[in-house]
Amino acid sequence: MRSVLPILAVLGAIVALWYAATVWLNSQWTYDQAARAGVEVSFGEVVADTLNQDRPVLPAPHQVAEGLWDGLAGQKVTSKRSLVYHGWVTLSATLVGFAIGTGLGILLAVGIVHNRAMDMSVMPWAIASQTIPILAIAPMVIVVFASVGLTGLIPKAIISAYLSFFPVVVGMVKGLRSPDAMQLDLLKTYNAGGWDTLRKLRLPASMPYLFASLKVSVAASLVGAIVGELPAGATSGLGARLLSGSYYGQTIQIWAALFAAAILAAGLVMIIGGIERGTLRRMGMAR
Amino acid sequence: MSWLWGAILFWLGAWALNARLAGSRFAGRKVVRFFVPALFGVTLLVLWEGIVRGLGVPGVILPPPSAIWETITGAVPVLWGDFVQTIVKGALSGYVIGCGAAFLTAVAIDRSPFLQRGLLPVGNFVAALPIVGIAPILVMWFGFDWQSKAAVVVVMVFFPVLVNTVAGLAATERMQRDLMATYSASYWQTLFKLRLPAAMPFVFNGLKIATTLALIGAIVAEFFGSPIRGMGFRISTEVGRLALDMVWAEIAVAAVAGSAFYGLVAATEKAVTFWHPSQRGRK
Repeated sequence: MRSVLPILAVLGAIVALWYAATVWLNSQWTYDQAARAGVEVSFGEVVADTLNQDRPVLPAPHQVAEGLWDGLAGQKVTSKRSLVYHGWVTLSATLVGFAIGTGLGILLAVGIVHNRAMDMSVMPWAIASQTIPILAIAPMVIVVFASVGLTGLIPKAIISAYLSFFPVVVGMVKGLRSPDAMQLDLLKTYNAGGWDTLRKLRLPASMPYLFASLKVSVAASLVGAIVGELPAGATSGLGARLLSGSYYGQTIQIWAALFAAAILAAGLVMIIGGIERGTLRRMGMAR
Repeated sequence: MSWLWGAILFWLGAWALNARLAGSRFAGRKVVRFFVPALFGVTLLVLWEGIVRGLGVPGVILPPPSAIWETITGAVPVLWGDFVQTIVKGALSGYVIGCGAAFLTAVAIDRSPFLQRGLLPVGNFVAALPIVGIAPILVMWFGFDWQSKAAVVVVMVFFPVLVNTVAGLAATERMQRDLMATYSASYWQTLFKLRLPAAMPFVFNGLKIATTLALIGAIVAEFFGSPIRGMGFRISTEVGRLALDMVWAEIAVAAVAGSAFYGLVAATEKAVTFWHPSQRGRK
């Protein structure tokens, strides 16, 4: 708990910097308006004006908070202006993609650990694929599936699945290989087969690795779902909010959507962290 | 149909060969370790080509690899222009600025335990956020050209490098720092001769993560507005015209550039941290 004070101090400094930047970036517009109207403005008036513009270059924190609150609680959940609605659209695609990607990733990792040919052929590609900007294929996936008649949740979920797939594979392979030779030998003396070794030693031993990569991959899934909403004129979802905000210069809308996405990401990572703590404690692995 | 059956036969043959090689006593040899994944990659391409041609999949859904290769060789000037715009101007300059700023910040906050305890959790938190989302804002601020892409890259690479560098600067042991103290080394001498070298494995870990983020940032930022060149711009417009072979060509360029970038950083790491246990064993 002794780190609470420093964190609060840092957050306070960020907010203060943000306010300063708001005044600095928005003052140009205020001066222009004043010059056009032919009036002199004092510094106090400039500050007051920069913090309350309709379309500021950088909205002040309280404006973003207002926009966020209005989007979360001020609308009906089904309304097109509600961030809950857009967040749910993005979240559903994220979760479906995360489930698919994690499931396939674990299966492939089990295959890689048990089959030497698969290990040697697939593993270098799985590692190399981490260095490739996979997100670039997102628009193509959306359009190709749209041309086959699939729109909405499934194409976004596929991008999410693809992004969450490789961290899980790499992490799980490491985890399934984490039991040392002594433990494997012990199971051999018990005459345990491959399946028993997997179920009773390798899978339990891999849990810390699995959760570490799940945290990475759930964040990646969310990014995938948001980017998946950018092309092809999606009309709902947090990504679509970002895009329409940038088209119409609604900076407050962009920032509110951004913070909604951040809250969503933090929530997902925290949920997985909670499951991790619970699971590891039940298994007696908690540190 | 013969395309399809040929591809499937090739697949089975390659699979059998790989399984034999992996089970044989040559499996540890360097040639085999390189050949097996290479054959797997070639097999994927052959299967792709065979299925697309054998089943007559239209080019607007999935062009065969041969058509993509033709596009690449035929459109070198366009691809080169996009490469320079996105990777060299956008991603690389942003990468250098972002990583440099993060490194200096880490050294600066290293002197204050208070800031460290406050900044690290915040940095870790921000590193997990969908930072790509700030792209539209930065495109508004810095205009459509490469400066806005570089700005997105700066923000994306900053926190991973910062968090890793701070962790690296804390990696020296009490004994080692005491030794420097008995030499009556100053803060800067300790920093340059002990703590920075010891931090390098961590720093490079951050730099490697940042390579991929830099390319993603530069490409995705172009989806929000760009002059008429750039890889992200080309991908989004050619997708709109259903010219998928061009899109795949750009993706191939991005993949090669990403791997090369990563390889370059990894090679530098090998040269700088030659003393580290993880580098010593490998030849």
